Amino acid sequence: MEKIKLTIDGVPIRAKQGEKVLFAALDAGIYIPNLCAISGVRPHAGCRLCFVEIEGRPQPVTACTEEVAEGAIVHTDGPRIRRLQRTALELLLASHPIECKTCPANKHCELQNIASFLKVNLNTKRFRKKLRDLPVDDSHPDIILDPNMCVVCSKCIWACVEQRGIGALNYAFRGDRTIISAFGGDRLVDTRCDGCGLCAEVCPVGAISKNVKKST
Amino acid sequence: MKESAVKSPQETFERIQERALAEWDALSNSPKPRITIGTATCGRAAGALEVLKTFKEELAEKRVDAIITEVGCMGHCYAEPLVVITKPGLPPICYGYVTPGIAARLISDYILGNDPCPEFALGALEENELIPTIFDQPRFQYEKRILLARCGDIDPEDINQYIANGGYAALLKALGMAPQDIIEDITRSGLRGRGGAGFPTGDKWQICRDAPGTARYVICNADEGDPGAFMDRAILESDPHSVIEGMIIAGYAVGAAKGYIYVRIEYPLAVARVDTALRQSAELGLLGDDIMGHGFGFEIEVMRGSGAFVCGEETALIASLEGRRGWPWHRPPFPATEGLKNQPTLINNVKTLASVPPIIDRGAEWFANIGTPASKGTAVFALAGKVLNTGLIEIPMGTTLRKLIFEVGGGIPNGRKFKAVQIGGPSGGCLPESLLDLPIDFDSLTEAGAMMGSGGMVILDEDNCMVDTARYFLDFTRKESCGKCTFCRLGTAQMLDILEDITRGEGNPGDIALLEELAADIKGGALCGLGKTAPNPILTTLRYFHEEYEAHIAEKRCPAKVCPELTAFYILPVKCERSCDACVGSCPVEAIFSGKKGIKVIDQEKCVKCGSCVDACPPQYSAVIRISPVSELPPSEPRPPDKNGKD
Repeated sequence: MEKIKLTIDGVPIRAKQGEKVLFAALDAGIYIPNLCAISGVRPHAGCRLCFVEIEGRPQPVTACTEEVAEGAIVHTDGPRIRRLQRTALELLLASHPIECKTCPANKHCELQNIASFLKVNLNTKRFRKKLRDLPVDDSHPDIILDPNMCVVCSKCIWACVEQRGIGALNYAFRGDRTIISAFGGDRLVDTRCDGCGLCAEVCPVGAISKNVKKST
Repeated sequence: MKESAVKSPQETFERIQERALAEWDALSNSPKPRITIGTATCGRAAGALEVLKTFKEELAEKRVDAIITEVGCMGHCYAEPLVVITKPGLPPICYGYVTPGIAARLISDYILGNDPCPEFALGALEENELIPTIFDQPRFQYEKRILLARCGDIDPEDINQYIANGGYAALLKALGMAPQDIIEDITRSGLRGRGGAGFPTGDKWQICRDAPGTARYVICNADEGDPGAFMDRAILESDPHSVIEGMIIAGYAVGAAKGYIYVRIEYPLAVARVDTALRQSAELGLLGDDIMGHGFGFEIEVMRGSGAFVCGEETALIASLEGRRGWPWHRPPFPATEGLKNQPTLINNVKTLASVPPIIDRGAEWFANIGTPASKGTAVFALAGKVLNTGLIEIPMGTTLRKLIFEVGGGIPNGRKFKAVQIGGPSGGCLPESLLDLPIDFDSLTEAGAMMGSGGMVILDEDNCMVDTARYFLDFTRKESCGKCTFCRLGTAQMLDILEDITRGEGNPGDIALLEELAADIKGGALCGLGKTAPNPILTTLRYFHEEYEAHIAEKRCPAKVCPELTAFYILPVKCERSCDACVGSCPVEAIFSGKKGIKVIDQEKCVKCGSCVDACPPQYSAVIRISPVSELPPSEPRPPDKNGKD
């Protein structure tokens, strides 16, 4: 298939037609912060972190929703991009318990990585801290679900529903009360979850993790 | 009935029309008196069903032979329940604020007697010698009813009344045209989407028609959810066939065979009347396979939404229709190219679709001559809040806000002063007095920071706090946010927290700057229209009423004396009528006591700031006032110690 030629941060890049700018950049080794994007899947476009500027476009756009276009000139850095990214990240951090030392995702947490990339303090005080104190579901022998940590990226739903066809996990409530929950509000152990762990693998933070204690 | 083998659509329709006209003639020229009652939701809320019951019972008891017709919303919702009585040979007379007692009077004095009871009349509906007509009111000089033309006039549950008043003639005409010519007519008319954003309707139809797909769909977006907005509900309840006819024409034009009406389940009467209308259309062969023998087939299904505001957003609506979580998806692809079941899908608002039959019927040029160069036709508004004539109105685009509020709406009640008009709902903004001469059209309102929106318009007076108004709308968007994207899910909650602090007198000097930054980022960063426009109520109040925010933060003062934490109630000793105990009795927490010489005093510790004493104090005294900031409260005498355990 004919490759599309575009430039990202001055680097000439060839990408296949229909590819999204985000993955074209990542494949070329150019990092753009992102939490919810999955290659080849209809963009969830929820985390609002992967903003880029494309010359000729009046506003920054999300790289996960933009298809590569011939001759496009893309910038992944700039004050408008960074402002939106930092605000989005700080909003997420304001609703996220910063308990990294005890978190199963410590050191491989996307929030940590992005905060370091964007030079944002994990304990940012710009917004009010809004934690929810939701019960942790550790009913399942293999999987622990801590909705307090969740950034609603929806990757686990994709893993459980689209990839595995199980549907043990789903969304519940809406607005800032939105959570990922075991289907029907049950405990995870009472669902069809077979403990495959794909959800934990795709979770960018420590909201879903493998139950190390019980499985060892 | 004899059926010949093959009939043209023209012949088929003429037979249907003939019967409808005959029925309508019989009704209009009946020798019996005719009583018409508005029983849309606005009428029912004011007691129209009790009035209807009284009419039925009284007529039966007095053995009067009269025709009772239930109609939809007449637009004068402020005066509901509304009744029109037509006696043969006399002009129809419209009565407002009708109670069961007035209904009984109207039967005994007017229907049985000869006294038209002018004291209860809003006016006659025809020129006459007896009673001034309702059209003498200023609102009729400015109103132009196209979408509302039949509302309140015909029985929405009788398709023949719609047909007798011009209904389905546009469908017949459209079926005789090439689909592409219909789209060109819609484009030439200049019609723009009435859901709020104002996208050119003809362009949307063309994109949908041209998009490749194995099937096409038409969706009527009736998920009206703005607080204070009831235009779409009223149209569905009062003239459902106008929307259905528009949908069939749209289906024919874009090449769709299936349509959905997505209507919220909180509109039970609208749902019921649409169901009835669909059944009647199908019975007459105006819907279904082979419409009027033309060969074109179209069916419509009603989908009841569960009332999530975000499902008015088209991609979320489609997700909901498909049985998935109702949250928006990134556009493009737009539904017109890839919508329901990934097929080209035309989504139009109720009012957009209802505009289609008149455009086809009377021509694109006729429609394009109404309104302004960039916003054609009329705008329907649900006028609510601090305005005399609340109700449903339709004015040509380009009418100024001032005319709409003060001439059509009759101005602000109780001699209060106008402060702002909230237009466009949670996505819109609050515009001040200085912008009242702004013409109502898509672009002027957007430029001013508000939005045409779907047609909700709430009038605010000097007793409304603008910070509190912004807080109210943010509370709404926070609750209605779908939770998908970071900016809307978490940003609206943060903004609401800041606003709540400000209204409680706990605002900080940096709050306004933080609100402005966050609002700009949410506007630029959110996924869908709901999120992108959610900051508008804050941005417009900050822009036009900045001093109110400052007063709340710096002086702990609520200029409108609304925010409870910043306001105290006080009884002016010089005005208090000592021996009157009205306020004492009205207080739910026994905070008011008799002080020296019987003058009433409010125990500030106990007061819950409900305002009951303000209402209870007789107007000739008006001794209870609100004071803000609380620090300006004059010292009050202490409460005497309890004598017998009880004050």
